Amino acid sequence: MTDAIHLQTPLKDQDVERLTIGDRVLISGVVYTARDAAHRRMAEAIERSEDLPFDVRGQVLYYVGPSPEPPGQVIGSAGPTTAGRMDLYTPMLLKLGLKGMIGKGQRSAQVLKSLVEHRAVYLVAVGGASALLSERIRESRVIAYPDLGPEALLRLVLDDFPAIVANDVHGNDLFRAGWKRYRRRSSNG
Amino acid sequence: MREIPVESIVEQVKTACIEANCVIEEDVATAIRQALKKEESPISQQVLQQILKNHDIARSRRVPLCQDTGLAVFFVEMGQDVRITGGLFEEAVNEGVRQGYAEGYLRKSLVANPLNRQNTGDNTPAIVHLSLVPGNQLKMIFCPKGAGGENMSALAMLKPGDGLKGVRRFVVATVRKAGSNACPPVIVGVGIGGSFEKCALLAKKALTRRVGSPHPKLEMANLEVSLLEEINKLGIGSMGLGGRVTALAVHIETAPCHIASLPVAVNLNCHASRHKEVVL
Repeated sequence: MTDAIHLQTPLKDQDVERLTIGDRVLISGVVYTARDAAHRRMAEAIERSEDLPFDVRGQVLYYVGPSPEPPGQVIGSAGPTTAGRMDLYTPMLLKLGLKGMIGKGQRSAQVLKSLVEHRAVYLVAVGGASALLSERIRESRVIAYPDLGPEALLRLVLDDFPAIVANDVHGNDLFRAGWKRYRRRSSNG
Repeated sequence: MREIPVESIVEQVKTACIEANCVIEEDVATAIRQALKKEESPISQQVLQQILKNHDIARSRRVPLCQDTGLAVFFVEMGQDVRITGGLFEEAVNEGVRQGYAEGYLRKSLVANPLNRQNTGDNTPAIVHLSLVPGNQLKMIFCPKGAGGENMSALAMLKPGDGLKGVRRFVVATVRKAGSNACPPVIVGVGIGGSFEKCALLAKKALTRRVGSPHPKLEMANLEVSLLEEINKLGIGSMGLGGRVTALAVHIETAPCHIASLPVAVNLNCHASRHKEVVL
């Protein structure tokens, strides 16, 4: 197993160009959270040519809706949610300069194409390892859509947050590659 | 007649909500450790190691294993000789959920109306499956159910002629289609028979069995083993990143069904399979 690559956000083209699927990364710096409802609102803002709650250029989105923070804690448990539900909205954000996303599960063919076109990466964190992942989050505050509760848009500061490169700027897909490698022929057809 | 006051139900439900969400049961942890031994993919091995480390952190800090602390699903077996006093049973369960999800800092993941999607704010109402049994005990199994596995679950009304082959094909296809989304390695709950709704309930109930405990009937136990083998040939691996272990177990439950029907339901549970049994 090769050493993990340290990534500091915001990401530049050269940061993402050197990543390939299967790479382990440790992400540090600011990322923003959004899931279904926040994406819908951002899409509506884009449609109306309004500003988004943050400048997406070079930024990383983390698909998460954390559990509430106990007293004295920065954040509750905070593992990734299924990224595929955001596929519909992703190409428009990549077009605006989004450079990375952290989530779990496969992305659509359209997203993979957009990642190549706009030079961005999709990173997978371990779903359900949420207590462990929350220990890598140093700051958290709501910057938009507080009415959405667990789906509000947060600004997080990460410190060596572990993830794996699942889709790179070359159009590779770790899911497909992994299944192909470990699939065995079924005896029952 | 044995009387059980609603206060003790509220208290037990509250504790169960917090414990189930923060402490993984030993059967699940053992299954993950066994998966790690079998796994050949270095990436899936890493994922499984993180999952095990997460169990320790959640237990020692009493924080949720997963931020998706789920819908509050209860399987309740109420002895016919039990009388609930001081209030209504379902209200007591809901009050326990309300208190548990607040005091445990668990996520409130319920919307009141599936279309306008306003959060109910307290993770109620719980989903309660009640059955009457002999005796004077009240047994409740709490299983918080996250959306990852739930969204990839499926039901088919097969033709009787599709038979065992059709059932096998549907179960494996459902797990394949779920791919990475259900947070594998998954536990596969299968309901065969009954009516449309009974079949789905069987699949969910199958998930409450101890992970890897075989069906009491040899024929079904053998089918569980062979389905597990077939599923683990898919290569999906942990978090869908490729590997030898896609499922930790297959649990089947069956029920009699109509002469013209062969319902089959597959309810998937993520690796963070949480359940807590309480007996009053």
